[in-house]
Amino acid sequence: MIEETIALTKREVKKWVKNPFLLFMMLLQPIIWLGLFGKALNLTGLISVSPELINQLPPEVQDQIGMFLNQMISETFGGTTDYFTYMAAGILSITVLFTAMFSGMSVVWDRRFGFLNKLLVAPISRGSIVLAKVGSSVIRGMFQVLLIFSIAFAFGLKVGNAFGILDFLGMVTVLFLLSLGLSSMFLAITMQIKSHETVIAVANLLNLPLMFASNALFPIKQMPQWLQTIANFNPISYAGDAVRAFILHSNAGFDAAKVTADFQFLIVFALIFSLVGILIARTGLRKG
Amino acid sequence: MRVIEANDLTKRFGQLVAVDHVSFSVEESEIFGFLGPNGAGKTTTINMLTTLLNPTEGSAKVGGFDVEKQDGKVREVVGLVPQDITVDDDLTGMENMMLQAKLYHVPTKVARERTMEALSLVALTDAANRRVETYSGGMRKRLELAEGLIHYPKVLFLDEPTLGLDVQTRVVMWDYIKKLRDEHKITMFLTTHYMEEADVLCDRIAIIDQGKIVALDTPENLKDSLGGDIIELEFNNKKDDQTDTLKSLSQVKDVKKIGDTYRIKVSRGEKALPDIIENLLKMDLRIGRVSLIKPTLDQVYLEYTGRSLRETQGETMEVWRRMRTLRRVRE
Repeated sequence: MIEETIALTKREVKKWVKNPFLLFMMLLQPIIWLGLFGKALNLTGLISVSPELINQLPPEVQDQIGMFLNQMISETFGGTTDYFTYMAAGILSITVLFTAMFSGMSVVWDRRFGFLNKLLVAPISRGSIVLAKVGSSVIRGMFQVLLIFSIAFAFGLKVGNAFGILDFLGMVTVLFLLSLGLSSMFLAITMQIKSHETVIAVANLLNLPLMFASNALFPIKQMPQWLQTIANFNPISYAGDAVRAFILHSNAGFDAAKVTADFQFLIVFALIFSLVGILIARTGLRKG
Repeated sequence: MRVIEANDLTKRFGQLVAVDHVSFSVEESEIFGFLGPNGAGKTTTINMLTTLLNPTEGSAKVGGFDVEKQDGKVREVVGLVPQDITVDDDLTGMENMMLQAKLYHVPTKVARERTMEALSLVALTDAANRRVETYSGGMRKRLELAEGLIHYPKVLFLDEPTLGLDVQTRVVMWDYIKKLRDEHKITMFLTTHYMEEADVLCDRIAIIDQGKIVALDTPENLKDSLGGDIIELEFNNKKDDQTDTLKSLSQVKDVKKIGDTYRIKVSRGEKALPDIIENLLKMDLRIGRVSLIKPTLDQVYLEYTGRSLRETQGETMEVWRRMRTLRRVRE
């Protein structure tokens, strides 16, 4: 079973690694995300006071207002005054979401083109078919994460002054858990769907609320109460929160209790969704 | 030894009976064909025999194992060359073969040797390291065939092996298939809606129509069952009616005169013809023109189903609906 899973995972990975156009698009997409959204939607910049107004005030008051504003922004945006840094952390989670979604969709093509039947005729464990899909989705997600993190760094991501290798590993672990849970969840759904039109509709339906009802792009505090409730159940919020905490790790402090809570939520999410998801996905391979 | 045995094999999809109490058996290293129009239930039968579908009723054994209860064992001994091209476009021919080998637990070293052997059999050695994307339709189909051979299956199922191929490539495929049987003694079960293909390749043919087997025999016997061959001849010297003379010959079963041409029904035409000519010469009847007409499977099909295969090809709404239902459940 392990050998089969590895062989099938290899196939999935080869399919995109050997495709130069796809690799180029994978590189381009985060640049567009980060460049366009991260730089254009400078949300923290909206909360500022014009220099003319500031200059009318005495210097002490200027400083106080400056401190006050920064503290206000920093509180809302989870410890940073730089929206680009805030959003880059969120984009890492969003990328994991997108990759999980697209990987899940590939099984519909495999079914359509008859490749799935070829696997089902072979004397392999049905579980290995599902595991390979989840595994390759996670691998691809992690690859994207590393790519985006490097690009964000080049674009001016401001990490906290105490950011180190452990924070980096912590961030990768968080995104790994998110990827495992989301990939299994999407696969459980796509395994039941036979037409690619339906799967695209379903993916879009899930994708938008998961993306926007979270703290990935906007702070939850600004949302109406009902949306906050949804966002508080969204694993992307927990991942976004933890990733941000790791990236912004500074000497001033690190909310270990909060990150631990995030981790607990994500571990439970990944475990339940991958176990249940893989079981449900397997039913999609049942004989008629 | 019986490699495939089907007893009252039946598959229902809701109202539709796709395969209706089908029974047959296939002997070792035999090429057995299912001949019938699209939507007749050929692929559904293959899907049941290769463990992709469970029968609604009846049972089948492949390689001695029950397709429903011992599906794992059946998968070990069968190979499937599906109707659709399922080789992965993004991988090279070699990578496709090696993936297939892994799925059948063939050790890498052995797999390499067998891949080279199978690829040379289907004349793809030169293209082995090219991405399948660059292959022609015929090459993909041949790669598909090679993939089906990687684990030396006991039984190879070929679902419409030459569908969509041009005439030349089709003949080449037939050669490969025959070579496989002759050199490797592989038992083969194939479906086709090409008369010629069934005639050239199969040792025995089952004609399947709307889920039922309506005739099952060797191509020769099926054609003989129509009442044999036709000899058409004209005389040079005698213009008066010779029907009775012809009828008096022992080989002749029936004679019809159409204009100056006599249509003589005989069995085993190639043997009967020299005897008839010899007898006629003795009676001083000079033959001006003679031809031997062998019945085609198309005529056989017509005889058993009441319509020609071409007519059945998705003409009526009913057939079309049937095909649509089958396609839907298959995906």
